[in-house]
Amino acid sequence: MILGIKDLTLRFGGLTAVNHVSFTIEQGSIKSLIGPNGAGKTSLFNCITGFYRAQEGEALFRGDSVMRLKPHRITEMGMARTFQNLRLFKNLTVMENVMSGMHCRTSAGLAGAVLRPPAQRAEEKRIRDVAEECMDFVGILDAKNRIAKNLSYGDQRRVELARALATKPQLLLLDEPGAGLNYDEKVQLIELIRRIRDEKGITVFLIEHDMGLVMEVSEKIFVLDYGTKIAEGTAREVQNNPKVIEAYLGKEEEAAV
Amino acid sequence: MSDKQINLQIAATQVTAIQKKIQSVIDKLFDLLENKKIRYSIYAVSMAALFYLPQKTSMYVTEIMTNVWFHVVVCLGLNIIVGFAGLLSLGYAAFFAVGAYTSGIMILRYGISFWLTLPVSVLMAVIAGLAIGVPTLRLRSDYLAIVTLGFGEMVRLAARNMAITGRATGLVGIDRPAFFGITMNKIAHFYYAFLIMAVLATIISSRLQNSRLGRAWRYIREDEDAAEAMGINTVAVRLYAFIIGSVFGAIAGSFMAIKMTAISPDSFTFTQSVMILLAVVLGGMGKIPGVILGAFITVVFPEISRGIGQYRMLIFGVVLMVLMIYRPQGLWPEREL
Ligand SMILES: Nc1ncnc2c1ncn2[C@@H]1O[C@H](COP(=O)(O)OP(=O)(O)OP(=O)(O)O)[C@@H](O)[C@H]1O
Ligand SMILES: [Mg+2]
Repeated sequence: MILGIKDLTLRFGGLTAVNHVSFTIEQGSIKSLIGPNGAGKTSLFNCITGFYRAQEGEALFRGDSVMRLKPHRITEMGMARTFQNLRLFKNLTVMENVMSGMHCRTSAGLAGAVLRPPAQRAEEKRIRDVAEECMDFVGILDAKNRIAKNLSYGDQRRVELARALATKPQLLLLDEPGAGLNYDEKVQLIELIRRIRDEKGITVFLIEHDMGLVMEVSEKIFVLDYGTKIAEGTAREVQNNPKVIEAYLGKEEEAAV
Repeated sequence: MSDKQINLQIAATQVTAIQKKIQSVIDKLFDLLENKKIRYSIYAVSMAALFYLPQKTSMYVTEIMTNVWFHVVVCLGLNIIVGFAGLLSLGYAAFFAVGAYTSGIMILRYGISFWLTLPVSVLMAVIAGLAIGVPTLRLRSDYLAIVTLGFGEMVRLAARNMAITGRATGLVGIDRPAFFGITMNKIAHFYYAFLIMAVLATIISSRLQNSRLGRAWRYIREDEDAAEAMGINTVAVRLYAFIIGSVFGAIAGSFMAIKMTAISPDSFTFTQSVMILLAVVLGGMGKIPGVILGAFITVVFPEISRGIGQYRMLIFGVVLMVLMIYRPQGLWPEREL
């Protein structure tokens, strides 16, 4: 078990965005989180990664509590994330974007910057090497000197993945990595997620709306509705679960009115 | 389409063609500067010229150029906060007030050597940087600008009302120090002191910009949440910007105290802070050569336009407004990527 969530509850005033949710993620697995819009998926991610403070519950990452830690400490512990709405450093180059991931794996400070001792130079080279390796892994090495905002949307998504990989995570949280991608890009994304797990040994936990993608890539699925976990299991189990069907169909009927 | 419209269109295409040409020339120049030999020769020649300058020009020019170097140091200091880290600050004069008063008080009241006051000045700058940085950790640009403005005024008002800072009269008769036996009493001495500081400030700025810390500043400037998610301690990175920026200002302030031999609260007004910010924005936030250019223009323009009389600042203001509308990124050009 790489991540264990127990009874996690997050409230915004009167609204309970995450309601007593418990689940675990096994080391080396690919797990998906699905649920209708506004179900609390992103909120749950934000609690786990330190961006929101849950009022109740416990989150253990490799046995250590991450409940009261700041996001950068959690990243340092080996949990990386991407954002639902791309959050690249838009005006910086792709290279610089990806180099940001190595920040928490390096240490040069003020003195290193000004005096440039050999240790600092070696560290800079290591940062560049890792960044290049990550860009190569996701297939955007060619674009390394371009400004991030000038890339196509699909490529920007890859930059965000490369950037997260550069933090050398053990667990990678992806918030709707397929959103806005076309069919071909989604096929490539599925392959990429598999390679992240198989070649790098990184556990993946993703939120996704595209059922095709979810069924294809994930071993376990876990369903959230109105902040509450309503089902968990394999793709087939979840698909046939009456509660899940109701949550999705119910929403569609409402939307149709 | 009428003739007029056609003519306008032709004019417009000509303008873009000219812009393209200029950009291609700029890109070529940048390519040229990539060559280390060429770059270092340019540095060497200009340094030699600048060291020679006081011997060849009048005291008036030397005085103005000394003022330029002083402004280069403070502008580069503010540039770390505003340009590198993207933290809008409107109270920068407070930082060089801290340096000037620290040195002034120690020399005048306790007879301590100027050179020994410098480390204390740095220490006070660190404290001042933390004093403004810590309470504003959660604030974003507009609110931060207001709080820093208040901070600047607080420091000035404190200096105005405390006995140790000499209240409204300030400190008068600060002794000038000796440097290897030579008393610093000529303008040329200060010219060299400030030139050396400006060069050091430039080198330090440029090394910071191309370092892990410099990148971290760019990350928080672009997107603080994303930076935090990438494992960057945004609190520490922010404080570093305030502290280093503050130290630049305080050292410049310490030297200002001995150059002027008298300082008063009126030397550190809001207008001062705004002029420094203006120089940074004018030249191009975050771009070191741009900031140096901005410092140069804001000092030299009011001098060379003295003939115009009292309207010169008005003209300066209008020119600035037009410039900011058409070139918000500042005067210094950039290579297209
Ligand atoms: N910072 C916040 N303040 C107040 N309410 C919030 C905040 N963030 C989310 N919410 C609310 O919490 C609920 C869950 O939102 P969340 O973004 O987690 O849903 P989601 O499952 O990610 O939806 P989507 O599929 O649309 O991304 C929503 O009702 C939302 O309005
Ligand atoms: Mg969401």
